[in-house]
Amino acid sequence: MSTDLLQQTAPEPGSTRLVASLAISGFLSGLIIIGIYVATLPTITENKARELREAVFKVLPGVSMMQKLQFDGEQVVIKHGGKDDEYTLYAGYDASKRFVGYAIASEGPGFQDTIRLLYGYQPNERKIVGMEILESRETPGLGDKIYKDAAFVANFHDLAIDPQIITVKKGTKSKPNQVDAITGATISSKAVVRIINQGNERWLKRLPVNPPPEAGDGSR
Amino acid sequence: MATPQTAYQEMLKGLWRDNPVFVQVLGMCPMLAVTNSAVNAIAMGLATFFVLVGSSFLVSSMKSLIPKQVRISVYVIIIATFVTVADYTLLALFPTVHKELGAFIPLIVANCMILGRQEAFASKHTVKYAVMDAIGMAGGFMVALFALGAVREILGEGKLFGLSLFGEHFEPWVIMILPPGGFITLGLLLLLFNWVGERKKAFLDQVATAQVTGNR
Repeated sequence: MSTDLLQQTAPEPGSTRLVASLAISGFLSGLIIIGIYVATLPTITENKARELREAVFKVLPGVSMMQKLQFDGEQVVIKHGGKDDEYTLYAGYDASKRFVGYAIASEGPGFQDTIRLLYGYQPNERKIVGMEILESRETPGLGDKIYKDAAFVANFHDLAIDPQIITVKKGTKSKPNQVDAITGATISSKAVVRIINQGNERWLKRLPVNPPPEAGDGSR
Repeated sequence: MATPQTAYQEMLKGLWRDNPVFVQVLGMCPMLAVTNSAVNAIAMGLATFFVLVGSSFLVSSMKSLIPKQVRISVYVIIIATFVTVADYTLLALFPTVHKELGAFIPLIVANCMILGRQEAFASKHTVKYAVMDAIGMAGGFMVALFALGAVREILGEGKLFGLSLFGEHFEPWVIMILPPGGFITLGLLLLLFNWVGERKKAFLDQVATAQVTGNR
């Protein structure tokens, strides 16, 4: 009872005190957040770079070195550092520094959200040699088979791109430019193929006929 | 809850009697969204554990410094800071787990269970009790997430922690890892909890009646 009375008669804290306590806690919180951001940034950047490098090596079999390239509006030139954008692609070279193929990133709408993928392209034989999904939120158990189902991914290990890639019903693949769709995830399968076709449309006319300059010291 | 309790009892109540999920039915959003596998459930449980215990500790130790009028905003700032720390730590150390949990780590801020514990408990008790209560509640939340995640992964993919359980011939119940499976499993678990609770109450009533008649 007495404490109740005390609390009722206790003076209201002034607005200065309220503002000050919010400002101080906000400031401290900001400091902590900056601290953790700075502390984890190198690891996060490194993780992302490693992820991308691993993906490039996965979609271009036999590659042991890669070089970042950039389309500058007219031609494709070697790029050192800087941020990747939609005009960036990667060239892969084997151990004796011979050009193997390009790794092209492309993205587009999937069943639920944007699918971002990377695929390996061999310009000499005009075919796709590998595909890796970098980001997707397809339905677990159905749509996520675009990267979990080995049989579907294997479609992209040797796939002709001319005149364009076509999705067919599972088990009916008969031509080199056809992809067996996943039963129960037709939309996701078609989305993957459409994204690759769009990537081809964007890039093929821009890529030089001759392979780009030999592998520099670039990023390994 | 009016009777004074030991710190140990404060912890135990979160695990069973006042379980945040099965009894208080709080924190349903992460509960349903990330429990499609046991690993995700545990990762989410650990992140929530870290945030809840950390914020309860801080809120309880600074309760005399926080003016009553702005306490909720200060709690949210504290919780958000812990969540950001958990978010970046997961992103740096376990990028694959972070990829799976996606947007739901930042959303821990909006988990009403956490803010609820600050307002209802940590701000009124000493540090020791607040931390014990947070450990119990977060533990209970993690147990519930794991129960749901394990059931859904076993039935939905025929696996537990990614290990195949039933061999080649098992046809996964895909619906269990889709959203409806989450609701179905949660409903059944709530039913189980309530049934056990009823049984216990009936039993205690019976004992009480027996004692009364025996005393006569």
